[in-house]
Amino acid sequence: MANFIPAIHVILAVVLSPLLLGVINRTKAIFAGRRGQPLLQPYFDLIKLMNKAAVYSRTTTWVFRAGPVIGLASALACLPIVPLGGVKALSGFEGDLVLFAYLFGLMRFITVLAAMDTGSAFEGMGASREVQLSALAEPALLVGLGAMALKTGSLSLTGIYGKISTHMIAAPDGPVGFLVGMALLIVFLTENARIPVDDPNTHLELTMIHEVMVLDHGGVDFAMIQYGAALKLWILGTLLTGVFIPVRTQSDFLNLAAGLAGMFLLAIVVGVIESTMARLRLIRLPQMLVAAVLLSTLAFVWILR
Amino acid sequence: METFIDVLIILLVLTNFRLLGSSRISACIQTTALQAIILSAFPIALHTDALGFHLILLSGATIVVKAIVLPWLLRKTLREINISREVEPLMGYTASIIIGAALLGLCLLISEPLQSTHILGGRMLIPGALFTILSGLFLIISRRKALTQVIGYLVLENGIYAFGAALAVEEPLVVEMGVLLDVFVAVFVMGITIHHISRDFDHIDTDRLSLLKD
Repeated sequence: MANFIPAIHVILAVVLSPLLLGVINRTKAIFAGRRGQPLLQPYFDLIKLMNKAAVYSRTTTWVFRAGPVIGLASALACLPIVPLGGVKALSGFEGDLVLFAYLFGLMRFITVLAAMDTGSAFEGMGASREVQLSALAEPALLVGLGAMALKTGSLSLTGIYGKISTHMIAAPDGPVGFLVGMALLIVFLTENARIPVDDPNTHLELTMIHEVMVLDHGGVDFAMIQYGAALKLWILGTLLTGVFIPVRTQSDFLNLAAGLAGMFLLAIVVGVIESTMARLRLIRLPQMLVAAVLLSTLAFVWILR
Repeated sequence: METFIDVLIILLVLTNFRLLGSSRISACIQTTALQAIILSAFPIALHTDALGFHLILLSGATIVVKAIVLPWLLRKTLREINISREVEPLMGYTASIIIGAALLGLCLLISEPLQSTHILGGRMLIPGALFTILSGLFLIISRRKALTQVIGYLVLENGIYAFGAALAVEEPLVVEMGVLLDVFVAVFVMGITIHHISRDFDHIDTDRLSLLKD
């Protein structure tokens, strides 16, 4: 009976991930004193884009067309291996955290390649920034997950997250879970191009990072990119809420409910962060990411001592 | 209590990194005040079984001197000399943080022989204290402004205090009180000196002071 709950998580992630964006936007609107767009606006945008044909420049090659497809495919491939808090992943196995990290690596790589394929200098600049930041975010993610693997003695995400309890946030295991959680929060904001790193609302501004790479995509391709980004938000969000909301009950329904509540709480938190913080200057970003690597490393050392 | 001490040490280490990575001097002063509050909890957390008037006096004196009086003095100096950030340190901020991480690793290595059975506060207290000492030293050698160097000196002293807290068994607490007074006088004198240097030379860059001729 408990076997279909992980499948429900995958289905819910596929259906609900654009809603997270809607919640973030609504939170920001309330903070700014506006009524804001409808909660379902991301879905309307996706439907609108799906009905349009993509336009391809003559300078682009097959790489440009493959970009959105492979990006979305790798995000979808991640879904069965991430657990949502106490809910097991659909098909977790030993060592799947490495596969997880590199599926995201593949998604980023193909987006960067597609951006470079257009031959636009502007997109090349965005690609260079994206790669610079993710080169710093990836060690923070891997070392952080490594620290938790060491702590829990398991190499699969399901195993790690199944064993996180309130012990790892406060007493008696020390602040390890908290350190890794903070590092994951910085990675989450960086990878999803949220505010202290990148402003998702800016268009055609010289400081933007992620949006600049997808400027030349249109129609169905752009819908796939947007949907892939929403899935990425969901997947990295599950890692974060799994650490900070350690509800691990016997009942899978309760775990699932707690996990879902955590995801939407996270969306609200992101909205609050975006409303109260300004974007950091580009030269300060590596410093923040180095700090994330440091937090992860500190957690790692703390367990090794 | 072990957990509480662990949390304190982690906070101590993180404040050090904050100091290494921040360019605003006022933020640095604030962080040293925070560090002093963290440190003042050490004697109490380490000696819960023998909590006496002595320890509470020491903690209280630490908070008053290091978290209230000295930051106030430094802020006053900062206002008078009219600078807000450390421009062009000898070592950049990201590089400082990376060097800080290397120093932390080094401290873990060299503290291994120092771990003896009668040290209080678990295995991380000695590396944490050593790291605070080393990051204070690093702040002194890598920054140009005299005020930031004074902050480095304060951090160095905080490290010695934490080190002392690990080894102290009652008696040396009197010594700690003496050290606290010394630090107070030293920073007081430095604050006044920096004020005079800045009034006479219009800057407090120490590497330019070495160029002075009579």
